[in-house]
Amino acid sequence: MARTTAFSALIAAAVALPLVAAPVAALAQRDPAYAAARAAGQVGEKMDGYLGYVTPPNPALKAVVDDINLKRRAVYSEKAQAQKATVEEYAFTSGCLLIAQTQPGEKYQAPNGTWQTRTSAPPQRDSRCL
Amino acid sequence: MSRLTHCPLLTVHTGTATIAGSKGRKRGADVRRRVLAAGMLAGAAAALSGCISVKAPDKPIVIELNINIKQEVVYRLAGDASQTIDKNKDIF
Repeated sequence: MARTTAFSALIAAAVALPLVAAPVAALAQRDPAYAAARAAGQVGEKMDGYLGYVTPPNPALKAVVDDINLKRRAVYSEKAQAQKATVEEYAFTSGCLLIAQTQPGEKYQAPNGTWQTRTSAPPQRDSRCL
Repeated sequence: MSRLTHCPLLTVHTGTATIAGSKGRKRGADVRRRVLAAGMLAGAAAALSGCISVKAPDKPIVIELNINIKQEVVYRLAGDASQTIDKNKDIF
């Protein structure tokens, strides 16, 4: 009886695992519209840790990017609270890292507020960035 | 007398206050008027002499909130923020 229970638990786990793993795998990738806009230089990383529009967005892109920024804010808020920091501090720190992680061709905001295209050289960042 | 050249406002006020004390209460209102006149005169003199005047700016004062973020905070949060970015690749 005990073996049957263990076996059925194993079956249940095997069935449940893809159900749990599937949404996680889907979450790990960028929305195709966002990825395309990023590569095309339509959106860029701002110093404050959020995405900004380099060129006026179409409604579909705006919806996607605004949603990402809302989600970013939610994550920053949660993590900032855990670190006893302000949302702005956590977001700014993330912005430093996100600008550093941009790929050549992608856009980022320089300390003077202008949009710059990332090259193979290090990006222009705020003096407080590490 | 040499004090006048620095900032007349202070010197004139001191002098008039002494008069108010010695003349008594009856002429208080009169003295007060004199103090006021002296003050106004001093103000005019101050404008002509080397006194510093402060004017309200004609443009609104904009305070950049980012200035409040210190490098030590960025240093403290960088490790955690880096992990957060890695764990939420869909939104970064």
